[in-house]
Amino acid sequence: MKYIGKKTHRLDGFALSRGRPVFTDDLHLPHMLYLKVLRSPHAHARIKSIDTTAAANIDGIVSILTWKDFPRHYFTSAGQGYPEPSPRDMLILDQTVRFVGDRVAVIAAESLEIAQAALERIQVEYELLPAILDPKASIANPTVIHPETGPVDIYAADRNIAAYFQSELGDVDRGFKESALILEGEYSTPYVQQAHLEPHITLTWLDANGRLVIRSSTQVPFHVRRIVSELLVIPVGQIQVIKPRIGGGFGGKQEILNEELCAAVTLKTGRPARIEMTREEEFYAARSRHPEIIKLKIGVDAEGLFRAVDLNILENCGAYAPHALTVMSVTAQKALSLYRCPNIRVEAQAVYTNLPIAGAYRGYGTPQGIFALEVLMDEIANELNIDPIDLRLRNCQEVGDEIPIAKVLGEGSEGFPIVLHSTGLKDCLEEGRRSVQWQEARQEVKTGPIRRGIGVAAAGHGTGIPGIDMGSAFLKMNEDASFNLLVGATDLGTGSDTALAQIAAEVLEVPVEKIVVYSSDTDFTPFDTGAYASSTTYISGGAVKKAAEKVKEQIFSQGKKLLGVDQAVIRDGFVEADSGERISYAEICTRSMYTDDQMQIMATASHMSYDSPPPFNATFAEVSVDTETGLVQVERIVSVTDAGQIINPPMAEGQVEGAIPQALGMALCEHMIFDEQGAPINTDFTGYHIYTAADMPEIVVKFHEGHEPTGPYGAKAVAEIPISAPAPAVVNAIYNACGVRIRKLPIQPEDILRGLAQLS
Amino acid sequence: MLSVRFTLNGQPVTAEIHPGQTLLEYLRSTGFFSVKYGCGHGECGTCTVLVDNMAMNACLLLMPVLENRRVETLEALESDAELAELQELFIDEGAIQCGYCTPGMLLSLVALLREDSKPDINAIRDALSGNLCRCTGYVKPVSAAERFILCR
Repeated sequence: MKYIGKKTHRLDGFALSRGRPVFTDDLHLPHMLYLKVLRSPHAHARIKSIDTTAAANIDGIVSILTWKDFPRHYFTSAGQGYPEPSPRDMLILDQTVRFVGDRVAVIAAESLEIAQAALERIQVEYELLPAILDPKASIANPTVIHPETGPVDIYAADRNIAAYFQSELGDVDRGFKESALILEGEYSTPYVQQAHLEPHITLTWLDANGRLVIRSSTQVPFHVRRIVSELLVIPVGQIQVIKPRIGGGFGGKQEILNEELCAAVTLKTGRPARIEMTREEEFYAARSRHPEIIKLKIGVDAEGLFRAVDLNILENCGAYAPHALTVMSVTAQKALSLYRCPNIRVEAQAVYTNLPIAGAYRGYGTPQGIFALEVLMDEIANELNIDPIDLRLRNCQEVGDEIPIAKVLGEGSEGFPIVLHSTGLKDCLEEGRRSVQWQEARQEVKTGPIRRGIGVAAAGHGTGIPGIDMGSAFLKMNEDASFNLLVGATDLGTGSDTALAQIAAEVLEVPVEKIVVYSSDTDFTPFDTGAYASSTTYISGGAVKKAAEKVKEQIFSQGKKLLGVDQAVIRDGFVEADSGERISYAEICTRSMYTDDQMQIMATASHMSYDSPPPFNATFAEVSVDTETGLVQVERIVSVTDAGQIINPPMAEGQVEGAIPQALGMALCEHMIFDEQGAPINTDFTGYHIYTAADMPEIVVKFHEGHEPTGPYGAKAVAEIPISAPAPAVVNAIYNACGVRIRKLPIQPEDILRGLAQLS
Repeated sequence: MLSVRFTLNGQPVTAEIHPGQTLLEYLRSTGFFSVKYGCGHGECGTCTVLVDNMAMNACLLLMPVLENRRVETLEALESDAELAELQELFIDEGAIQCGYCTPGMLLSLVALLREDSKPDINAIRDALSGNLCRCTGYVKPVSAAERFILCR
């Protein structure tokens, strides 16, 4: 292959490296209004009255909207497939506020300063309601967070259960009876933040024809168009959503957070409007990773082979439930499909609390489930005195294995049966074992106050949502043999525009520079469900490949006609007859446009897949533990990934290198904390520390290059798979270093010291 | 309103501002979009500019303190051959993902290189430690800077 698997510069690299104005906010519109949202200071309250008079009297205030200005139409902010699998439990503005940061009113002013000043002049009288801050206390609580009759598809609103499922495959009780060893534990993961550097930002205006234009930093432009259309009751055809370059998303922008408010102001006033969240608002009023409390019980035979798994998930979805059902469904699916097991059972509940709303975050439930599974695996290995790598190798899935849980747990309803067509997990584990000199490192003598240790964890993920995710592409040829590739796919910084151009270039046999990509504009690019679930290369890439094959066929056919031959080949940008006579791509296109058998060489294609081939990863962590202070230092991470055929090696490496510090953050230093009233405490990067360049351990990234038969040129997903295994690998390395077993993230020095005290 | 005189990208400017205005607000309102809002608290570095050759967070600088200072943004450095080479290495190395933090990172490296022509890897990491990046894990930005120093 000429372009697949080769280093290719990002198509947007020049503009981004020069700081060119390519982001949503890099545009000034005349007469633009600036929006600010008044947010609830209370975790749970009813608005008795709102007096906006004093605020409205400030010079420069144009509009103030409260709950009285919007119909009671329930929706979900989750940008997912349609009909949405998330409960419709929110209003644009409501009379009840359910967490500190919930929206109370929106102000539109001539400047940000004026809007800010007006915030303080709105007088709100609240009737305080009891707040639920502990997910374990939510179900039996006399307080009901969503008592209204309007919401749709809440599983049991009276018990604060947003979503629920249970399932059993095989006979789990019998499986435990047959087991030689049964171990169980409770594992919990924290509220963590996507922390993309560009905050949520949206601009809206009316174009010359009065159509609504939404320019937004979103991963899901087509879902934005659909949801805004429904909420503001304007036809889809009257809305254009444009996604420029995005400053990171990681799932945080798979959500309709501000677009409908901004559009409402533009529609009401006829003027351009801008809304941007502050960093502080990002921390408590945007989205986060669902904290989960997982009870996991595994029974194995004397050889360590799985006989039964029982998984119980309690997911805290916060005050509303976007992605609540599907995130815990992914937790279960990934935790229950990494290893072979004949008997599996799961019960999962998502409960409401009066805390910030969780949503989609890279990994989408997998890091929580893999954390529990991979720590318990280490405990089993220790108990049976089997090498942790060997225990995993014995239980690995093989090509041809069915993943029965995939059929049971789909995207909010029954899914599709999945058969494994490729797996490199064993190779990843073996490659890592060699690379870290596992035996020697494991057996290093532990003495002195600083103890070093090494641990391993494995993970599997998916590639797109089977039967749901759909991407499409439109490809047309120009007379200089360049091609415009128009895709609905959304490059959120991942480099997907470049990967899609490489796929088109490979098919068409032209240099990547000949492919001009335009993506994510609902007026000009065809539909795509959006950039999530690690789907773009696989799903949208499948559409690009099909469209390019059709275009190539047209070039070939026009070329043969122009040469007057039936037989020919395509070589080096020419159609060449047996005689050696040839005609260039450029001439074929030019003559097709202007003189001969006239037509535009172009094609469209769509792609959807019932397969969702799992990529795999094995992560090895080397840590040192200071037994005097409890401080854990990660010294090196070796991450080996099977993502099928790699399309663009530096970009794929970059996905892994970026996922690791996010995972280490969840393991060691990131968590959103709240006071006894539910108010957030750490809403900036000082209180909420994300990895800096100075904090980074040594990172070694390796790929086991396989071939996934269902993917474009053999590719599987790479964006999310590397984020799940680092946290359990660190936990297992800590155990190897000092014998302390951690089951709750993030790992705090006091947890280590407490564990050491218990040991001695 | 106040008048502040300083040099912006080599040009003398007189800015009419209100005293509470930050350099970040001023630069973005006058079209210098490489300087970005990320946190407003001087924690993330997306608004990095050079003030008298030092990398600083524009969101923390109130306009009056800039009197007689020399301010540079990435836009000014288009003609700087060394910076262009660093930019090309960022592209070649794959050091750019979403690109939101990239201008700030480049300016932090420029400030470092003006002070020390052969910094070691620890100095590079220190220089970048004020520029948060959630995409790259800093691996490729650091190696792009290392390559630049090796090629010098």
